Amino acid sequence: MTLDQLILAFITVVNISTPILLAATGELVVEKSGVLNLGVEGMMLCGAIAGFAVTFVAGDPSYADSAPWLAAAAPWLGVAAAALAGLLASLLFGFMTLTLGANQVATGLALVIFGTGISSLIGTAYVGIAIQSFDSVFPDALVNDPIGKLFFSYSPLVYFALLMVAAVGFFLNKTRAGLVLRAVGENDLSAHSIGYSVIGVRYLAVMFGGAMSGIAGAYFSMVITPLWAEKMTAGRGWIALALVVFAGWRSGRLLGGAYFFGLFMTLELYAKASGFSFLPSQFWASMPYLMAIIVLAAISARGRGGSEAPACLGKPFIPDA
Amino acid sequence: MRIWLEKRQAPSNVMQALTPVGAVLMTMIVGALIFWAIGYDGPRAVWDIFFTPILASYKWPDVATKAAPLILIALGLCLGNRAKIWNIGAEGQYVLGALGGASVAKYTQGATGGWIVPLMIVVGMAAGAAWAGIAAFLRNRFRVNEILSSLMLVYVALQLLNYLVTGPLKDPNGQNFPQTAPFTAAQRLPHDWFGWPFPPGLYLAFALALVFWLVMARSEYGLGIRIVGDAPRAARYGGYSQAGAVWSTLTISGAMAGLAGVLEAMTQSGQLNLGFPSGYGFTAIIVSFLGRLHPIGVVLAGLVLAISYVGGQVAQTTVHVPSATAGIFQGMMLFFILASDVLVRRRVRIEWGGAAKSAGSRA
Repeated sequence: MTLDQLILAFITVVNISTPILLAATGELVVEKSGVLNLGVEGMMLCGAIAGFAVTFVAGDPSYADSAPWLAAAAPWLGVAAAALAGLLASLLFGFMTLTLGANQVATGLALVIFGTGISSLIGTAYVGIAIQSFDSVFPDALVNDPIGKLFFSYSPLVYFALLMVAAVGFFLNKTRAGLVLRAVGENDLSAHSIGYSVIGVRYLAVMFGGAMSGIAGAYFSMVITPLWAEKMTAGRGWIALALVVFAGWRSGRLLGGAYFFGLFMTLELYAKASGFSFLPSQFWASMPYLMAIIVLAAISARGRGGSEAPACLGKPFIPDA
Repeated sequence: MRIWLEKRQAPSNVMQALTPVGAVLMTMIVGALIFWAIGYDGPRAVWDIFFTPILASYKWPDVATKAAPLILIALGLCLGNRAKIWNIGAEGQYVLGALGGASVAKYTQGATGGWIVPLMIVVGMAAGAAWAGIAAFLRNRFRVNEILSSLMLVYVALQLLNYLVTGPLKDPNGQNFPQTAPFTAAQRLPHDWFGWPFPPGLYLAFALALVFWLVMARSEYGLGIRIVGDAPRAARYGGYSQAGAVWSTLTISGAMAGLAGVLEAMTQSGQLNLGFPSGYGFTAIIVSFLGRLHPIGVVLAGLVLAISYVGGQVAQTTVHVPSATAGIFQGMMLFFILASDVLVRRRVRIEWGGAAKSAGSRA
């Protein structure tokens, strides 16, 4: 493997792991507040179709005369719409689990089923259409430089994801609001008794997670392949959930974990393209999921797996119960 | 006027039975509104989805065909869900069951005899149980969350199916199509039983619903499962093993999903191909909740969901709703049933004026 190929492989790993990094960063905040939202996959699909549809509509060439700025802004509007779609989907989850106290596991599953259905419904109008995605943010000289492209050739969403990991780490560990959020997740009754709104904090966390999942979904339909396809997130939302466990609920470990999974997803792509024929291609396709299982086993078996999870994770908060 | 929710002393049995009906009604109303809002004939779509399959008797065999696997899988899921042990990978176990049966079929191509069908069923159930057993093993040995592991195994199972039908189990005379050899007459089960055009899985599902009901309501085992779910600490003191519940609920639900899969392969498709996975494993989760985790409720809920499947296809041809419609209705149904849980645990109180005097009762 030459240096060039190595650099290309690295770029693929970064690109392919970005959506699970985005979704897992959001889900980390949700779980830190004590809520388990399994609906990541559904929220991602809502974001994927919303981002695609809005980018397509805003990028319509017929606006070129009246609003020439719109073509360049279209993908950004798409991302905003994706975040909004994910957020709305998460509000549905929030209302069910936080206001009505419904079971979080089952409600998360309902969100996956519903999100899959609604995205397919809206998406029927957009099958077989291509969209104009982001232009590169850096000058061409840097993007095409053999070494420079290692750092400068990505979609803006990749840099956004890295920024958000750092921001969430700072928020959770260095700010007062982050401390309150962790307190709500570790001991909801105590946080409630000293006057914090447990439900309010959890609503905000769930909404943040929804928006991040929505953007993660948009990465599929706007960056990886600028096309819409039903169920195009292909289970990556579940990998994002595993990534949060893998990272031991610590933001600092999300990045390494995402690239670890990204490595196996890249192997799958290479296997499809060049055929690592010593093993069947289906083996490589199942690798990310197999690795997720193995990694979960290794992490959980260290004995700290249980204690690293927020103590109130998945438990409904009903003050008068 | 003030409206608030008051905690009930004990969960309401009336609401327990009424809320699923309400959830289905709400799904119909909201579904009609959504489809009307996006430009379809919403009321007609709802009529076709929920009532046409009941009124048109020629649709009954279709409904029965869909209901059989849904009820079989959901019966197994009830056990685990009662114990708050979540098997959401039934779809994978369903595929493994069919693969188990197809493996037997490959080696019995030339054979005849009444032993082949039972052997296929047993191997299919064992394969489903073993696949779910992986999640049970990982949970008990390594404390891996069974929600994630069972779900991940679905994706692995789909790749395994893909590998087997394009490789070891591929039909040698199938012109290289990714499919197994068609099952022989000795490897199939007929569609018609007792003079009705309903698949054998349906009768089996009814019979097993009674068995599950007896086990859950009347046996020591059923009691243990419920205690593990409702009061894990009490279960520990009472000698009910959490690990045992994990093993038994996951493998039993895996075996039921495997049974559904192998029966589907033997009575419907008659071979396996890439189109075999149908989402029954996920829909069965809805069935188990809509049926209130009660075996008899599951039978009714399975019929409702089967009707919505068949009706969804009707509505596709009559009012041209897209194929995703059934999924939206199913998702909504699960939302409404979960939301209505609040009425089982709480009661709505409405006070007309003079709120001050009973404000204390709010706490």
